[in-house]
Amino acid sequence: MKKNLSYMDSVHRDGWIWNLSMMVLLFLFPIAIMVLYHALPDWHGFLMGLIATAPMYWAVAVVETFTYVPMLGAGGSYLSFVTGNISNLKLPVALNALEQADVKVNSEEGELVSTIAIAVSSIVTTLIILLGVLLIVPLTPILNAPVLEPAFAQILPALFGGLGVVFISKNWKISVAPIVLMLVLFIAVPALNASTVGIMVPVGVLFTLAVSRILYKKGIL
Amino acid sequence: MTFDINAPILFVLAGIIIAAVLAQSIYFLVKAWRRAAAIGMDMAKLRRIARTAAVFTIAPAVAIVISVIALAKDLGVPLPWLRLSVVGSMSYETIAATNAESAMGLVFGQVTSLTASQYVTIVSVMTLSIMVGIWLVPLIGKKLQTGLISLENRDKKWSDIFSSAMFIGMISAFLGYVFCDFSTVFTGDLSGLIPPLVMLVSALVMCLCGIAVKKIQKPWISDYALPISLVVGMASAIPITALLH
Repeated sequence: MKKNLSYMDSVHRDGWIWNLSMMVLLFLFPIAIMVLYHALPDWHGFLMGLIATAPMYWAVAVVETFTYVPMLGAGGSYLSFVTGNISNLKLPVALNALEQADVKVNSEEGELVSTIAIAVSSIVTTLIILLGVLLIVPLTPILNAPVLEPAFAQILPALFGGLGVVFISKNWKISVAPIVLMLVLFIAVPALNASTVGIMVPVGVLFTLAVSRILYKKGIL
Repeated sequence: MTFDINAPILFVLAGIIIAAVLAQSIYFLVKAWRRAAAIGMDMAKLRRIARTAAVFTIAPAVAIVISVIALAKDLGVPLPWLRLSVVGSMSYETIAATNAESAMGLVFGQVTSLTASQYVTIVSVMTLSIMVGIWLVPLIGKKLQTGLISLENRDKKWSDIFSSAMFIGMISAFLGYVFCDFSTVFTGDLSGLIPPLVMLVSALVMCLCGIAVKKIQKPWISDYALPISLVVGMASAIPITALLH
């Protein structure tokens, strides 16, 4: 007898199937090259490269999963962790869509809005990259033009300036403490930069949750 | 078969995987769209949200194309095309490729050709390093979501504050990051002011959009406020950089 799944259960079932299938497909890429070209990896280079890369990536991925899944919703998470570019694209897209719809991500409406926004963003990204690859010869000199370089170098400040105004103005009571903390840390600690900002996201989230809990318990929120 | 980092067969392999990812996005979009219609959500509003998401994506996606071009110098086009369409990002892929290449005595940015063995080594390091998120979400995603729903049922007000606090925590980290080079100002190098000034322009444009929505009653401005502030902020980086560098 066919079991009646709720919408959320079916999202988790489908996400499970899709993501694990994608994982297998991604592994098939190097395996296919090995078979086609009768080539094995340089095992020493592979081990050394993996040791230098994987521990950091694995730690960040675990932290990102726990941090981003509650913000992206279920469908959005399954898609985002396959399509990548989460903090610089998928999360801002989801945040803006939730704001536009005036719904919370932990409601069913929020889940649907977040999934739709992230899916549309993923499709558009894939198509634009495809177009870029097809037109790589004529596009390279244009996109690499020195005059445009500063614009693409400042994409995150331009993104979080607009997004910050919307969210901070609506939640200013819980925003002051984490913003002050992050400003002090990023200005005073030289090790904090573009490559370590991912690590600071869960720090910011945990600190804001703690501050919010205190303010909530004191009846300030 | 002679190996080439831009061999047609590599484009075919990458294309198959990217097509599968595209299919996943379409599948989830259709599923969510049908559910939204079934529970009576405002479909016109959803269409506007989808349009905004598409427009907002254009500038960051062009930046990803630039990353593909940058990585293509060392790795050919198919691998960066695959990795930046699926799972990766510019910083992740650059670090993974640099580490794998240097482990084989190569220097990232100076590679002129790769053997099949070197290529497979780099691809394997990149693939194994970044796979955790893809399998961890199916493993714990449902438990995390269930926890949030039970929080919502226990205390709705705290649940709402909880989700806002998560977003603010994430945004605060990126606002801090914008100031990471600010200390250069104390040594007379004004380039550390560029990111904060770009952020300020973007924030001001967002405020102006908010005022415009109220004054001239054009809801479409609200829909496109974030893409507008993003593009104007990015454009402002050109004169600001020229002035402060």
